[in-house]
Amino acid sequence: MLHIVVCIKQVPDSAQIRVHPVTNTIMRQGVPAIINPYDLYALEEALRIKDKFGGFVTVITMGPPQAENALRKALSFGADDAILVTDRAFAGADTLATSFALASAIRQIEKNMPVDMIFCGKQTIDGDTAQVGPGIAKRLNLELLTYISSITSVSAGKKEIVVQRRSEGGVQVLKTRLPCLVTMLEGSNEMRFATMPNMIRAARTTVKRWDRIAAGIEDVTKIGLKGSPTVVSKVFAPSPKTVKAEIVQTESNEPQDLVGSLLMRMFTKFPHVREELEKSATV
Amino acid sequence: MEKFDAIVVGAGPSGNAAAYTLAKAGLSVIQIERGEYPGSKNVQGAILYSDALERIIPEFRDEAPLERHIIEQRMWVLDDDSYIGTHYRSDAFNQVPYNRYTILRTQFDKWFSEKVSQAGAMVICETTVTDLIMDGQRVVGVRTDRENGDVFADIVILADGVNSLLAKKAGFHPELNPGDVALAVKEILFLPQETLESRFNVKEGEGVVIEMIGKITQGLMGTGFLYTNNESLTIGVGCMLSDFKEARIPPYLMLEMMKNHPAIKPLIEGGEMKEYTAHLIPEGGLKAMPQVYGDGWMIVGDSGMFVNAVHREGSNLAMTTGRLAAETVLELKQAGKDMSKSNLAAYRTRLDDSFVMKDLSKYKDMPGIFHANPQFFTTYPELVNNAAKTMLTVDGVDKKSKEREILKSFTSSRSLLGLMGDAYKMWRALR
Amino acid sequence: MSEETKKPAGKKKLELDPRLAEYRGIWVFIEHERGTLHTVSWELLGEGRKLADKLGVPLAGVVMGEPGEDTRRFCQEAFYHGADHCYLMEDPLLKDYRNQPFTKGMTDLVNAYKPEILLLGATTLGRDLAGSVATTLKTGLTADCTELNIDVEIRSLLATRPTFGGSLLCTIQTLNYRPQMATVRPRVMAMPKRDTTRSGDITEHKLSMIESDIITKVLEFIPDQNTNKINLEYADIIVSGGKGLKKQENFQLIWELAKVLGAEVGATRPLVQSGWVEAGRQVGQTGKTVRPKLYIAAGISGAIQHRVGMDASDVIVAINNDPNAPIFDFATYGIVGNAMTILPALTEAFRRELANRRAEAVAV
Ligand SMILES: Cc1cc2nc3c(=O)[nH]c(=O)nc-3n(C[C@H](O)[C@H](O)[C@H](O)COP(=O)(O)OP(=O)(O)OC[C@H]3O[C@@H](n4cnc5c(N)ncnc54)[C@H](O)[C@@H]3O)c2cc1C
Ligand SMILES: Cc1cc2nc3c(=O)[nH]c(=O)nc-3n(C[C@H](O)[C@H](O)[C@H](O)COP(=O)(O)OP(=O)(O)OC[C@H]3O[C@@H](n4cnc5c(N)ncnc54)[C@H](O)[C@@H]3O)c2cc1C
Ligand SMILES: Nc1ncnc2c1ncn2[C@@H]1O[C@H](COP(=O)(O)O)[C@@H](O)[C@H]1O
Repeated sequence: MLHIVVCIKQVPDSAQIRVHPVTNTIMRQGVPAIINPYDLYALEEALRIKDKFGGFVTVITMGPPQAENALRKALSFGADDAILVTDRAFAGADTLATSFALASAIRQIEKNMPVDMIFCGKQTIDGDTAQVGPGIAKRLNLELLTYISSITSVSAGKKEIVVQRRSEGGVQVLKTRLPCLVTMLEGSNEMRFATMPNMIRAARTTVKRWDRIAAGIEDVTKIGLKGSPTVVSKVFAPSPKTVKAEIVQTESNEPQDLVGSLLMRMFTKFPHVREELEKSATV
Repeated sequence: MEKFDAIVVGAGPSGNAAAYTLAKAGLSVIQIERGEYPGSKNVQGAILYSDALERIIPEFRDEAPLERHIIEQRMWVLDDDSYIGTHYRSDAFNQVPYNRYTILRTQFDKWFSEKVSQAGAMVICETTVTDLIMDGQRVVGVRTDRENGDVFADIVILADGVNSLLAKKAGFHPELNPGDVALAVKEILFLPQETLESRFNVKEGEGVVIEMIGKITQGLMGTGFLYTNNESLTIGVGCMLSDFKEARIPPYLMLEMMKNHPAIKPLIEGGEMKEYTAHLIPEGGLKAMPQVYGDGWMIVGDSGMFVNAVHREGSNLAMTTGRLAAETVLELKQAGKDMSKSNLAAYRTRLDDSFVMKDLSKYKDMPGIFHANPQFFTTYPELVNNAAKTMLTVDGVDKKSKEREILKSFTSSRSLLGLMGDAYKMWRALR
Repeated sequence: MSEETKKPAGKKKLELDPRLAEYRGIWVFIEHERGTLHTVSWELLGEGRKLADKLGVPLAGVVMGEPGEDTRRFCQEAFYHGADHCYLMEDPLLKDYRNQPFTKGMTDLVNAYKPEILLLGATTLGRDLAGSVATTLKTGLTADCTELNIDVEIRSLLATRPTFGGSLLCTIQTLNYRPQMATVRPRVMAMPKRDTTRSGDITEHKLSMIESDIITKVLEFIPDQNTNKINLEYADIIVSGGKGLKKQENFQLIWELAKVLGAEVGATRPLVQSGWVEAGRQVGQTGKTVRPKLYIAAGISGAIQHRVGMDASDVIVAINNDPNAPIFDFATYGIVGNAMTILPALTEAFRRELANRRAEAVAV
């Protein structure tokens, strides 16, 4: 039986985030929190492995108390156990401090049941760094497999895994030993629709809450703001383009006239665009 | 197979009120909501009337996300470029406990739903109830769109909102008549707090409501409204669905034109649109109300047409009917009685004894009258605005002549008999 | 008056912790895979040059790979693109990219020669390596930057990156740790001029590992098919379509215009998600960043997540039937109209224009 730990993060749905027009701060109020979409690919892949080979899936997140909702949702998809690592001391963590805390919590999980694989998303949509996965792998001294587009085979007995990894110019087929840490690429699968019994089970399960001590962390200088080498020194809105588009209009506003007028204006003002066209046009 | 004491379909105000009341009393309750989270699909102009909620969660004022309490109510009658109206503002409205608040439904519903979970109900989201499971005449459970999705209970409370497909499917509810539902569109416009407060002459936490009728609805039967939230305005307009269909005016266009009205534009100037939504409101009143209970089922809130269109009250009726339905169940359980139709008639008695049915029967003729007499929304606003203009323009014409001119304008637009008839109709309906 | 002298007087120069002061110079990781160099490396050298000059320190390239001509050639090219120096690590174990040997190699290099700043491309390789190395070095790393600068007084890297889906930018610093690391988005920094008169020297360093130390094996490499390789990032003309095209058939209009222009084809995320076009054509925050000379956007609303991927284009032409579409806030030219009628007209107009030009050329 394989024990898979999936790291998920609850993030604000960035599609619905707005910037306060006056204070230039993020308006999180009323923005729904979702499971980081990339993490769903990781979770689904873990569940598929469990379906195929038998196994146990533990989901873990480090976050504020509300992040429990994300874990409950993961349970409804079919995860077996859920752990919320939450403590005020974690506030303000950057990726180095986050990976320290998660790695430490995973070591605690391991005390009950050895871990064969850790799954992460490719990146989060709020932090967007893609650094936490590699960070956890290095801290736990695990093989790191990033940007995995598919898992070709898992051999539970031989403790071996073969995967396809996206690289810039192609796909690497890699073979490695378990335990390892995998970050899944988007589009690698599609999250299942939870069954009603799983929904009910998830609603009834108590999510475990671990504070710093339960997560095995003694040294507070390694976590939260203190444990973060990076500091955000400034947050600001991109300088808005002051010039709006020149709207092309003609008397008739017929397509032919509009595009004619566009070309004339554009070629007069930007002769280099015309040169570029001549270079690349084929017909 | 999962069996509960009660299933509540929908997590709007009515469903939450029912589920909360049942769970708090220790019943096993499953509440099923199709939205991503409670509130995600709920739209509301967003006035919360305290009383109905206070009877369910007395301490709500300390916890619920409330925007502003209302200290001033304006009623405007608009023609094309002017309005005449009343403003009522009273310091009494500034005394705790406040009577009315503006809220944002997405946040409010989320909070209410958390209370429901804390009370012990199981809240299942992103799940649509597709069918009622029947045993002969009796409803014994619901079917959902999930795998192994049947759930069973002694009682199913339908709180699924205005377009209650379930009730319709089960034949409890006739097809909605477009003349009985209004379509409302609204926008939330973001406005910095300081700007908003100086524009409406209020302090932090205080709010204003503007109710409007007149030319803004382009001659259709309906009303417009503007509410102040903390850092935003809610502006909207609603008309009968049947009228929209006939007049071929797209609702968003009506709202756009309303926003450009010279009386409204300066109030919303610079507001950044955060959300645009359209939603139906059942306004048929008592005459359109379906059967609201039967063997193993009850209907609460909008799906039972429990809306007072005249006073723009809905969520309070929804919460009250939800509570009354739950209390009926509790009473029957306690007495060891089953959820048969005859036993559930107690729900109807509770409704009749409450303000819900009293108000609804008081205004039962209202929708019809307005509908048959479009002059309330076209001619009259213009006449009263013109009258005001005539009187207030100092131009050397004596006041007596002005009065005569005004009277003439009224009688030439509508006969004296017609005017008297209208006044009588209004009086009858509002009495 | 120079920038320096304008600075307010009296602001004391902070003394750098002597432990940190040991770290000097700027490094750029020169990324290549299977003989192909990733041009983000040159973009980074161009940017690194500016930073190095501000700090008055040398700029170095780091080349890791299997022994052979390629690595030497890349060092040479690094000099041409602005590097003063190269650190070269050659070993057969570095033939293919694998996390373990590259992390070890890079960590050893940093510990041996102590750069104050280390920059990598925000590519799949660069992010994999950077995330690992920052952890082994226990230092700060800022991901996916779009702007770099230096606070000269405290010798601190100011790494600016989009956050919250591009609606805001933030500047991140690593104050008390060295090196300061950042990955940088391809195509946002300008390509420096190649100057073949430049040269530099090379420091070689050994990778102390043997194959049996390395757990992960590369079984195979399946290169992306060259025939339909999408060259969006480097295209000079791009025609892009969005949901306003309504039906998949209508996307053909984009292809037709692109064909006449010899342009690449791009799309918004919803189109990729509904399978109208391959994922490699998505422009935006979670797609490609492009900076063509001409970007034609048809039926695209201009959501911030799309905008961040294309608003560095020289000229943006937007076609949208909604005069209030956000894309008109930043496009150069706008046509308010139906894309399904404008696109064919535009294709025809360009075709005619180009034919005329050609005729003129023949006539002369
Ligand atoms: C523009 C506008 C302004 C208004 N202004 C006010 C006001 O100021 N004050 C006021 O008191 N009232 C107002 N109302 C009326 C008020 O919003 C409603 O009366 C109230 O929301 C009714 O509550 P409900 O719980 O019955 O229905 P809803 O709030 O509609 O909730 C029904 C819930 O059921 C869910 N559901 C539906 N079908 C299914 C299914 N098959 N399976 C699972 N779930 C399902 C829905 O997703 C929804 O969450 C306004 C309404 C509108 C449209
Ligand atoms: C985390 C995250 C990451 C994202 N990453 C990306 C990304 O990398 N790239 C990306 O593109 N998006 C991304 N998105 C999605 C993005 O927010 C927008 O939803 C998307 O860009 C909108 O695509 P669109 O402009 O094609 O569609 P829409 O926003 O639906 O716009 C369609 C436009 O077409 C116009 N139109 C309609 N009919 C016609 C007609 N007949 N003629 C002309 N115009 C017409 C409409 O007026 C409208 O402006 C991301 C979102 C999230 C949450
Ligand atoms: N707070 C967290 N709790 C659990 N997992 C996390 C957390 N932050 C990041 N991760 C995991 O690390 C991945 C990369 O995150 P990031 O480095 O923030 O882009 C995510 O997709 C998650 O799988």
